[in-house]
Amino acid sequence: MQPLFEFLLRQGDNALVLGHRTSEWCGLAPALEEDIALTNTALDLIGQTQLWLGYAAEVEDTGRSANDLAYLRDAYDFRNLLMLEVPNEDFGRTLMRQFLFDAFQVPWLTALQTSADPRVAEIAAKSLKEATYHLDRSAETVVALGDGTADSNARMQAALDYLWPYSGELFADDETDSAMADGSIAPLPSSLRPAWATTVEDTAKAACLKLPESDFAHSGGRTGARHTEHLGHMLAVMQVLQRSYPGAVW
Amino acid sequence: MYAQMVKSTGKGLVAREDMSFEDRAFQDRIDAGEKIEPKDYMPDGYRRNLIRQIGQHAHSEIVGQLPEGNWITRAPTLERKANLLAKVQDEAGHGLYLYCAAETLGVSRDEMTEMLLDGRMKYSSIFNYPTLTWADMGAVGWLVDGAAIMNQVPLQRTSYGPYARAMVRICKEESFHQRQGFHIMMAMVNGTADQKRMAQDALNRFWYPALMMFGPSDKDSVHSAQSMAWRIKMNTNDELRQKFVDETVPQAEYLGLTIPDDDLQWNEDTGHYDFTEPDWAEFFEVISGNGPCNVDRLNARQKAWDDGAWVREAMVAHAEKKAARKQAAE
Ligand SMILES: [Fe+2]
Ligand SMILES: [Fe+2]
Repeated sequence: MQPLFEFLLRQGDNALVLGHRTSEWCGLAPALEEDIALTNTALDLIGQTQLWLGYAAEVEDTGRSANDLAYLRDAYDFRNLLMLEVPNEDFGRTLMRQFLFDAFQVPWLTALQTSADPRVAEIAAKSLKEATYHLDRSAETVVALGDGTADSNARMQAALDYLWPYSGELFADDETDSAMADGSIAPLPSSLRPAWATTVEDTAKAACLKLPESDFAHSGGRTGARHTEHLGHMLAVMQVLQRSYPGAVW
Repeated sequence: MYAQMVKSTGKGLVAREDMSFEDRAFQDRIDAGEKIEPKDYMPDGYRRNLIRQIGQHAHSEIVGQLPEGNWITRAPTLERKANLLAKVQDEAGHGLYLYCAAETLGVSRDEMTEMLLDGRMKYSSIFNYPTLTWADMGAVGWLVDGAAIMNQVPLQRTSYGPYARAMVRICKEESFHQRQGFHIMMAMVNGTADQKRMAQDALNRFWYPALMMFGPSDKDSVHSAQSMAWRIKMNTNDELRQKFVDETVPQAEYLGLTIPDDDLQWNEDTGHYDFTEPDWAEFFEVISGNGPCNVDRLNARQKAWDDGAWVREAMVAHAEKKAARKQAAE
């Protein structure tokens, strides 16, 4: 697989999988304002998916479209982070995950704005505006819920503890990342760890939450080597019409 | 409609000579086409009826998110997924505008939510029907939002200012929803044999429930007469239903779909379509709780409300702590 295609799938699949998970909240959030805000996030992410996967399809150049990539690949061809495919569980985990991801996306997309690939730079610039807004909101919510009540603090701590072992995958450089770095298309993800850690530490402190000590990290999402059991179920739902009625135009 | 069967709390139309001095002046303002604003004098019955009507309308928007939300995770393309998400989000926004309008009458959003959940307040019968195929996303936009528009466009001129202004914002979006639904139907009828079958099946299932949205004939209803005198109801249910049929039949023909009514025909004399009334026994079952989805819909709202309680409490607690910290620092 071409490294650039692989890289673009990672960007697109992150947006698609998190966008889908976020869309599961529509109509069911704790308050109307949150419902509307979560749907905004989902809409932004689906929009970003169209850009990344659209470009991926062009780079692949085998006639597949962004929709084909989204709806007709099976789990082992997905390249999203494991953290993004685990179930929402509750509002606390949903917002904690969003925060941990946003805290990476903001410096990541900032760096991609100066990519040697102008299309990557262009998509990053557009996505960065959204990611910056998402980070403001998710960080603020994590602080509010961490600080709020004893119950909400316990829930947010549980969410952080659950997600923590998945966060290390953000920085697990591999050959694709080296190829992107060599071509000045993207920095090595590991180079963003200090910026991410600062944001996470500051926010956790304001939220009265303890960062787990362990630095163990699950892997297998961004390489596709081993996803969680959850992704297959998500795809079974998401892809049902495209799979059941091959070739139909909707 | 979204506010069907709103029973007025009074005893029907009050004759002018039986009105108090204030009520007579109030009626004069309405007759002159003036808008009533929150701080203005209003009869108790007017306020109570409006709370019920706006509340029922708001709840319909929120419960109405569920049948379409049912297909967000299964939308067949990225574009359709985004469009459906945006549409269901609009409905949440409509709920928000309407709860705010009702709050100007002295009832809080939380109180209204409690009344929805314990059954004291209702929502439109239409949302108690299931969405079973993707074509239902077309049929709901085309027929349900289409029927909503029939009722809501005149309500832009309703006498209560905050309600009228909420309707202006809502109507713009509803007509967009209706077109979006129609486009889904067009894609389906131009698609495969399976898709055409889904489209016809959706019309078959949603036609009569859509006609029921306008409520039973109200030509003899005293409650209706009072609401019309107050200009919180602008047309009779039958007028709106007829208008809906007259506009929808040619659209169905354009789509090549058959409306499930053997007696549907153009009447030269009246200049309208003759059509079969929906089964009103079914309608009364649905509004008394026996529709196909009543229990599931309310359970879903109850679960969202309960599951969100810790979040709402934490947000309030955090805001209080923040305010206290700020005060201590000063
Ligand atoms: Fe609406
Ligand atoms: Fe609508």
